[in-house]
Amino acid sequence: MFSPTREFVGLNNYLSVLASGEFWLSMNNTLYYAVGVVGLELTAALALALLLNRPLRGLSLYRTAFFAPVVTSTVAVSIVWLWLFDPQTGLFNYILSLLGLPESGWLTDPTMAMPAIILMSTWHQAGYYMVIYLAGLQAIPREFYDAAKVDGAGRWTLFRHITWPLLTPTTLFVLIIGMIGALQAFDAFYVMTQGGPLKATQTMVFYLYQVGFKFYEIGAASAMAYLLFVVIFTLTIIQWKVVGRLVDF
Amino acid sequence: MEGRRTVGGLLTRAVRALTFHALLLVIVVVMVTPFYWMVITALKPTSEAISYPPTFLPNDLSLGSIVEVLTRVAFPRYTLNTVIFASVAVAGEVVFASLAAYAFARLNFPGRNAIFFAYLGTLMIPFYVTMIPAFLVVKWLGLVNTFGALILPRLASAFGTFLLRQYFLTIPREIEDAAAIDGCSRVGFLFRILLPLSTPALAALSLLLFMQNWNAFLWPLLVANKDEVKVLQLALSDFRNQNYVIINLVMAGTLLSVLPILAAFFVAQKKFIEGVVMSGLKG
Repeated sequence: MFSPTREFVGLNNYLSVLASGEFWLSMNNTLYYAVGVVGLELTAALALALLLNRPLRGLSLYRTAFFAPVVTSTVAVSIVWLWLFDPQTGLFNYILSLLGLPESGWLTDPTMAMPAIILMSTWHQAGYYMVIYLAGLQAIPREFYDAAKVDGAGRWTLFRHITWPLLTPTTLFVLIIGMIGALQAFDAFYVMTQGGPLKATQTMVFYLYQVGFKFYEIGAASAMAYLLFVVIFTLTIIQWKVVGRLVDF
Repeated sequence: MEGRRTVGGLLTRAVRALTFHALLLVIVVVMVTPFYWMVITALKPTSEAISYPPTFLPNDLSLGSIVEVLTRVAFPRYTLNTVIFASVAVAGEVVFASLAAYAFARLNFPGRNAIFFAYLGTLMIPFYVTMIPAFLVVKWLGLVNTFGALILPRLASAFGTFLLRQYFLTIPREIEDAAAIDGCSRVGFLFRILLPLSTPALAALSLLLFMQNWNAFLWPLLVANKDEVKVLQLALSDFRNQNYVIINLVMAGTLLSVLPILAAFFVAQKKFIEGVVMSGLKG
């Protein structure tokens, strides 16, 4: 990385990265994480926003509680959740045992580690998307609901035919922002698992960090960075086109 | 609707409201539990903190682990480093963003729009793409393990520029014309009139940037590992690795690291939420 002479290697770095199994494994893990976390976050956020979108006593108290995790650093959140997830003395396994449910190895179990981090990230970020959804909900004119109610529409019909379609631009926005953020997640993976167990949580940016700054293969790491960029960029365009087509104005 | 005036109707409504608040309170408990668990673990003596089953209400409260973190570890030093890094970076970024935003919003110069769009385009490039070249530049400049390495890359921000430009555009041009007639220079106008008028945008932007810097981890991990410049997040991660068996100590450190930002959030909630929402970018 710091050698004074540099040799031009053409596309070799790209080719060797594309040929490596670990690159594709990391790509897979990243997509698993991103789809899981964005799906859960948006569902939770929309549910919370729908609950809070009404004249409500104590509204600001609820909003504060739901939003507080957002301002907390991922490092701090990860350290606290490592403790909650502790297989021997952690709170989660204790609660499971109280309920008579089987305990889990959480982050030490290759099949549970990723879902566990997804769960944590959802708790961490849902409040952020909730606030954006709340803004979207407040932009929907009341008259639409009043008119539909006169026609005898029930609560589900109102949601299905007014709220959800009119929220599409908001959903598109949070979907893209959420995917972009999730595909470059690093902090939690560094603090909680270092990519383990058995590379089950080795995501792209964590792998990129290892290759570039632990193994000092700066060329390979740069190639990976660009390949990842191409993937994320393509995904963003696809989402834009697909979801954009679903918007009726 | 028709039941509203009868006693039964009122009762149904009251029960419904109560159930609704009960549901919300359950969610609040879920959201607050990790914070609560951090705080009580930090306040338990070691023997109780690592005992199983855990106690939901500590039998023994002690500030011992907090005192230990503050005295034994260089925690105050790391906090100071973080304050220096976060505030200098925010101040610099806001000043440069204001200057650029003013130029893009009010001055006419050849290629203005092209430069603005190129500037905006850099927002599309994620951090991991620029992190390797940025690291090489910092290394080449001999800035590794200095505040310069932490602060310099933050100074030029397309995001801040874009945000302030949009805000400046909403301020009527007539004010500037009037100021010019009264002999006010462009720089004078920017600092004495435009920026004071933009306080809401500046406050939200500064809070957001401060939070992002306070919580930043990956870049400091790459360029600032010495104690003299180490920031809180990095120190916290190291601290956890060295002491993870003494969980009350780890939680005390974590608690101390989140207190300032949470306190700021409780004081200026509206501004915080505004800033985070308008960013559309996660820290």
